Amino acid sequence: MIRPDAPVLLEIRDLTARVEDQPILKGVSLTIRAGEIHAVMGRNGSGKSTLSKVLAGHPAYTVTGGTVLYKGEDLLSLEPELRARAGLFLGFQYPVEIPGVSNLEFLRVATNARRAGKGQEELDTFAFEDLVRERLQVVQMDPAFLERSVNEGFSGGEKKRNEILQMALLDPLVAVLDETDSGLDIDALRIVAGGVNHLAGPDNATLLITHYQRLLDVITPDYVHVMAAGRILRTGGKELALELEERGYDWVDAELAATERTPAEVG
Amino acid sequence: MVAASLSTPAAAAGAGPGSWLAALLANATGVASAGADALAPSRARAAQILAQTPLPSRRVEAWRFTDLVPLTALSPTLLSPAPAEQPQTAAGSLRLSLDGHSDALAGINLPVGLEPISGDELNATLGKVLAATGSAELWPVLLNGATAQQVLALRVRGTVATTLELVSDAGAGEGILPLRLLLVLEPGASLEVLQVHRSSGANLTSVVLEARLGEGAELRHGLLAPGAETGCLLATVAVEQATGSRYSGVSAHGGWALGRLEPRLLQREGAAHSALKALQLADGRQISDTHSQMVFAGPDGRLEQLHKAVADGQGRSVFNGAVQVPRAAQRTDAAQLSRNLLLSDRARIDTKPELEIVADDVRCAHGATVSRLEQDELFYLQSRGIAADQAARLLLRGFCEEVLQELPEAARPWQALASLLGEQGR
Repeated sequence: MIRPDAPVLLEIRDLTARVEDQPILKGVSLTIRAGEIHAVMGRNGSGKSTLSKVLAGHPAYTVTGGTVLYKGEDLLSLEPELRARAGLFLGFQYPVEIPGVSNLEFLRVATNARRAGKGQEELDTFAFEDLVRERLQVVQMDPAFLERSVNEGFSGGEKKRNEILQMALLDPLVAVLDETDSGLDIDALRIVAGGVNHLAGPDNATLLITHYQRLLDVITPDYVHVMAAGRILRTGGKELALELEERGYDWVDAELAATERTPAEVG
Repeated sequence: MVAASLSTPAAAAGAGPGSWLAALLANATGVASAGADALAPSRARAAQILAQTPLPSRRVEAWRFTDLVPLTALSPTLLSPAPAEQPQTAAGSLRLSLDGHSDALAGINLPVGLEPISGDELNATLGKVLAATGSAELWPVLLNGATAQQVLALRVRGTVATTLELVSDAGAGEGILPLRLLLVLEPGASLEVLQVHRSSGANLTSVVLEARLGEGAELRHGLLAPGAETGCLLATVAVEQATGSRYSGVSAHGGWALGRLEPRLLQREGAAHSALKALQLADGRQISDTHSQMVFAGPDGRLEQLHKAVADGQGRSVFNGAVQVPRAAQRTDAAQLSRNLLLSDRARIDTKPELEIVADDVRCAHGATVSRLEQDELFYLQSRGIAADQAARLLLRGFCEEVLQELPEAARPWQALASLLGEQGR
């Protein structure tokens, strides 16, 4: 939902970043207001996953320039956990398995950390169980998954549901979902997308990072950005995603080549 | 370096390891002379051998990383610890307190299927499993044999529904607490046992457990030993298995100045199942050591072994996992995995599989990993609002729980993880 007067939640300006000595982001600018759903599309290696990790504060990525304001405050100076407590959520492309740590305990500790960030009191184990059982319904997840170790032995679809369950518990202001559709069959995709739609509201915002149109068939974006070579090449409405689906990414290469005045790489 | 550490405790005691041992043996004999006891003959034999056996030095391979000399700084006397505070006993378990002097069975109604072994039968049985597993001449076993005043010896018939808890707490006193245990499982018998050994002072807990498993018998065995910065633990678990028997040992020790566990398993005719799961922790300047030995003396035996270790501070973890598969042990299926977590630059981990395989038709897998906390796991937790130090604690607990959750249910009131990590009042 686009409302020009809605408050700006996330403002990215000329962001550059590298991993080891490899520059990946080469000047990304993006403004996200409350109530909006944005989609960032692009080929593998275009920098879209890096953008999500830099926003969440992954230590392997070094920001070399630019600014990111979150609710008007500098985001990049915050430790990852403080970003999360302030309401930034990253849904992982590959959720991490943590043997020996119970999913239920993990969810409770995370939920209470976020509640502390919102100035709310901690939930005890009983109150939390009630909450988590209610939120399980958002992703139609079997309560048995609460008793298992975090993501251990979960199928791809179960891991992604667990990510959306975390999102439902953490109640983020800005959710960045990195390739949440990858590895999902059509039923799981509908459940996960249904969860995202359910959680999207006028006061929060969603940034979908995706490779394919099919996620955008079930979650309608307000803006679509096409990323290539570490920059946002073009921004449009949802029709831009359809155009990409129809024409493929080759024209992106051509456009990139034109802007850089260097030959496009094919393949 | 070695010479310096060799001289220090001896100097403190005013004499060398030899005179420390002589003083200890004199004290152990002194107690015995008070009255005839079942262990007197075997104690005299062990004392005689021990007196002629030098303290193993670090030039001996089995003690290369673990220096025994600090033991000789302990008081060469036998401890009589006072009864210590204990958590409530879990439902369905019987707790026996071991203090090295009293009869642990006095006033106890043993559950159906358990009966004491005594007299000639005890004399004929005691030490047999130690001999069969090649443990009789180990220095910690000799020390135990030369000093132990009491033995808890039980025969097991049928399925014992009650978990047996064997508990000691050396407390804050100085000296040595020798504990001797014998379990004989008749064919088809089944028992669950939990050993808990604690300390809070400058003392040594010396434990020797012998277990003989008849055909088709099953022993589920837990050993939990949260120690004290000044305390030492030398524990030997010798198990002889007949065909079709199952032994499952789950152990966790840590927090001791010197803690060493030696599980020594023999499948007498093969065709048995053995499982060893272990966790050991070393922080501060502690040493946590496990030397395990598995011998398959016949075909079709199985071993599943997981050994996990955490080293922090200047702690030192040692694991040596010997597996012997002689020619007779065809179709043995053995898997050993050593997983180690190194949490500090000054900590040290030595891990060594030691497989001797002569039989040609076997599957013997082994592996060892040493790693730090995974950055991706830490980041995942941080990205959910969990602070870095709390995330590290969660991951450490997860690493430990994989073993601890396999301890018998009776271990629950002992709060294994908190006690091992020193998160309790003690």
